[in-house]
Amino acid sequence: VSQLALIRAKSTSVADLIVGVVFIGLLVLGSATSVFASIDAKEFSSEENRIVYLDLTRELRCPKCQNQDIADSNAPIAKDMRDQVHLLVEDGRTHEQVVAYMIERFGEFVTYKPRVTTETYLLWYGPWVLIGIGVLVAFLLSQRKNARALNLDKSSQAHDEAKSNESAVNSDDRETKRSKIAELVNKYDD
Amino acid sequence: MHLVPRCYLEIFFEFVGCRVINKRLVYITPLILAVGLGFILYTAIGKDPSHLETARLDDPIPAFSLSSLQDAQAKVDQTALQGQVRLLNVWATWCPSCRTEHPYLMELASKGVDIVGLNYKDERDKALAWLSSLGNPYSLDLYDPQGRFGFDLGVYGAPETYVIDAQGFVRYRHVGELNERVWKAQVEPVYRALLQGSGKLQGSEPRGLK
Repeated sequence: VSQLALIRAKSTSVADLIVGVVFIGLLVLGSATSVFASIDAKEFSSEENRIVYLDLTRELRCPKCQNQDIADSNAPIAKDMRDQVHLLVEDGRTHEQVVAYMIERFGEFVTYKPRVTTETYLLWYGPWVLIGIGVLVAFLLSQRKNARALNLDKSSQAHDEAKSNESAVNSDDRETKRSKIAELVNKYDD
Repeated sequence: MHLVPRCYLEIFFEFVGCRVINKRLVYITPLILAVGLGFILYTAIGKDPSHLETARLDDPIPAFSLSSLQDAQAKVDQTALQGQVRLLNVWATWCPSCRTEHPYLMELASKGVDIVGLNYKDERDKALAWLSSLGNPYSLDLYDPQGRFGFDLGVYGAPETYVIDAQGFVRYRHVGELNERVWKAQVEPVYRALLQGSGKLQGSEPRGLK
């Protein structure tokens, strides 16, 4: 009986293993298809060139399909651009030079990472300015709160009498308010 | 009894006292932001999101060396596009919109508009058959089977129509079908201005000629 149990346990573990392997295989396949799509069976003279090429095809935007990088797009123009990127990279051009080459032809639109120019200052630095304003406002508010707490503290210690007078006035004030409200409520209650 | 809601409002305001102003500000701020955002979004309505800037605008036509459709031995370069205001029409037999716009190109040609054709990523035989059956509106037929010149020009989909001034500078580009509406509203004004200004638009000297 114990042997049977062992065999059964083994078989289930083997089945689990197969399922696991298949599952992982599918995951790897799924994540790798986009990489395969962008390679186009291209030959590279060095591993660095391949990396530059892959980076560029993910940074350059397809002008025809708008919301895809050229690695991801099947549009003819995206294929032409991939071929041209490959040619330029193998020709020894740097990442920046290839991006400039594409912008010269297809405009600033073509890169997902816009260059820092006077036109894109807002885009690059706007969020930081907003964060700065937010931090400043938070800081000022906390300062004001602190100051108020400090003032209350001081007045309670140093001007005990004045404060008691004040609170008397306040409580008076509150009394009149309360009576006013009661009056209003009575007025409209029926 | 219809006064009840107002009464409760009064009680509320009485109760919150001087904080009313602040409260009002708190309520109004999102409204102002929403109206501002709404205005920004509203101005974008009707804009064509697929419209791209023309990178080559006010630049000279990039250098090229192509044969013509009719003569495989011919060597035509960018100087062939200088000396006169004209249109450069990018087309191919595989492009449905090119077929749609073809009759209008014939009409423009018959009115005396000089159009140079750039046959883009196509086959010579098919292109010649197209021209002989539908008519040829072009004064010159450039043949760019690999799309090299098209790529340098920034063509990303046929049909595209460029207005080229007498110095060979790109002055306008229309992406998509050229029809009477587009011609009248967008292309013709640029074309006419260039014709009248003998190749110069007021206030914009060609960049390379300074």
